[in-house]
Amino acid sequence: MAQAANGRPVLSVRDVRTRFRTPGGGVVHAVNGISFDLHAGELLGVVGESGSGKSVTMLSLLRLLPEPPAEIAAGQALLEGEDLLALEPARLRRVRGGKVGFIFQDPMASLNPVLSVGYQLVEPLRTHLGLSRRAARRRAAALLELVGIPAAESRLRDFPHQFSGGMRQRVMIAMALACDPKVLIADEPTTALDATIQAQILDLLQRLRRERGMAIVWITHDLGVVAGLADRVMVMYGGQAVERADVRSLYARPQHPYTRSLLRALPRPDGGGRGERLASIPGQPPILGRAPDSCPFAPRCAHAFARCREQNPPLAPVGADHAVACWFDADAGVPRAA
Amino acid sequence: MRGCPVQHEPLLAVENLTKHFPVMRGVLRRQVGAVQAVDGLDFAIQPRETLGLVGESGCGKSTAGRVILRLEAPTAGRVIFRGEDITRLEGEALRRLRPHMQMIFQDPQDSLNPRMTVGSIVSEPLREHGAAKGAALRERVEALLEAVGLDPAFANRYPHEFSGGQRQRIGVARALALHPEFIVCDEPIAALDVSIQAQVVNLLKELQERFGLTYLFISHDLRMVRHVADRVAVMYLGKIVELATSDALYEEPLHPYTRALLSAVPTHDPEREARRTRIILEGDVPSPAAPPPGCRFSTRCPVAVPECSRREPEWRTLRPGHRVACHLAE
Repeated sequence: MAQAANGRPVLSVRDVRTRFRTPGGGVVHAVNGISFDLHAGELLGVVGESGSGKSVTMLSLLRLLPEPPAEIAAGQALLEGEDLLALEPARLRRVRGGKVGFIFQDPMASLNPVLSVGYQLVEPLRTHLGLSRRAARRRAAALLELVGIPAAESRLRDFPHQFSGGMRQRVMIAMALACDPKVLIADEPTTALDATIQAQILDLLQRLRRERGMAIVWITHDLGVVAGLADRVMVMYGGQAVERADVRSLYARPQHPYTRSLLRALPRPDGGGRGERLASIPGQPPILGRAPDSCPFAPRCAHAFARCREQNPPLAPVGADHAVACWFDADAGVPRAA
Repeated sequence: MRGCPVQHEPLLAVENLTKHFPVMRGVLRRQVGAVQAVDGLDFAIQPRETLGLVGESGCGKSTAGRVILRLEAPTAGRVIFRGEDITRLEGEALRRLRPHMQMIFQDPQDSLNPRMTVGSIVSEPLREHGAAKGAALRERVEALLEAVGLDPAFANRYPHEFSGGQRQRIGVARALALHPEFIVCDEPIAALDVSIQAQVVNLLKELQERFGLTYLFISHDLRMVRHVADRVAVMYLGKIVELATSDALYEEPLHPYTRALLSAVPTHDPEREARRTRIILEGDVPSPAAPPPGCRFSTRCPVAVPECSRREPEWRTLRPGHRVACHLAE
């Protein structure tokens, strides 16, 4: 994998915090101080359950959340040195779809059903790259071909409903790639797809990453999916990064009790343990109505002790490229020395 | 349950089960073709067994489940349940059959009426079939909620007050209300987070042991199917292409489609992932309204020979208990 831990990151995110105001006058602390670096050609897996803040974090970076009720309270997101969170709206629009591409889970929700696929591909090419109508159309056809849509040229005239699910997801990917983004944010891009189509899409994205040095943020709820894809993984819980590591040490030596439970909840790949119960995590994810001043996982954690309910553990290094936010030392089986 | 005794009379058997949906066109609504959703299925399920039915969307696995439960009438073939041919049952006879066979749906959000309390959702089948009323009905609902791990005090709440996993438990409680023997689980965990999937799968196993249930477990998640199913059937474009015990199917898949599907199953082991080779199939699944001639998989098959697009493969038993429909498998 194109691992480039040295050199300046393409995207550098520092301490992003996002809150939502609820109609009842309450506050939901959805993202509580997320930081990460993303290098060219790197794939970062962001893993968490629904409500863990993984999608909201990425939407915050591009200011794609309605404000209000959302409010980005703090943080910095440097894309090639330019802070996305401080940009003018006009400049921000140029970055979205230009330097940063987005793929969402449900392609039907992000394609406009009454415009032809060709129109939806051509338009950003003209605005972002300033191409002429003809040049943009040529490039649009080339993009559809790139993502493996047969008879690309003639399919530009078709509308989204004329494509199958897998083909629509490819159209979305073509749109996200239209302007050669530096960073591609993929939010559960394959969950709605069948296994053989998933394999095709994964293959395509891996190729683009190798050939163009595109950096990818891959958001998923399934630790199994990113094991074969990611260079580094960030596990999120309750709006925080609870563990961050290179992919091998995360799976070989998971440190956070939440990461460990997530891995144990997966059936064993060799089929062993059939008939046995899977380890499930008791309880429900937190509602995040309070300021994050204690460990968000403490109520569901088998190792929680007094300190976990009083102080929120920061991410602290436990290895070369491995950090965990936990007061309990999983290897030693005792609380960490203060 | 492992190593199911084969000498038993099967609880359910289907023979040449076929469901075609007519395609109508023009002002006169003339039939111009048929979507061959399910085409000639043959298999049996033993009591207390879990049969996994896997395949991609549009392969006909859900339609198969609905036809088996007689929610749809088959176009051809037979469904035999507890030794009785139920293919042509209608009216009161069909209604009397219903309590024995139930279904759990994929999306608990869509399958639970948002205006009904949890109590009335779970008790509806009991009231509908006159199985209990008054205090006995309330007691039965409480017992059902307890059996699926929900607080009986939740009976007065509405579905939106619950998380996805809890809603799926409500759907399971409703399916259990009439003491069924056979349950079709149609993608019961597809809409849930991984940690919640484990809870629901554990619950289904526990209930199977406790009540002696038999499951048809329909899913596209091959990883989880291996964990829950005793035997697995793989469907492609309306046909079963391979059927074997879970271990045999995953360890030694004989059909090229099964091999491709299995090569895409994630393993949550980066070392293993780095070494694996994915079999990438070209193109999309063809339309079931115009399936390719010969073997239906031949248009995407990486090892197809000319024979494959000319002659349909037989449904052969290659090893004891391991059947496959492929000219080349040996």
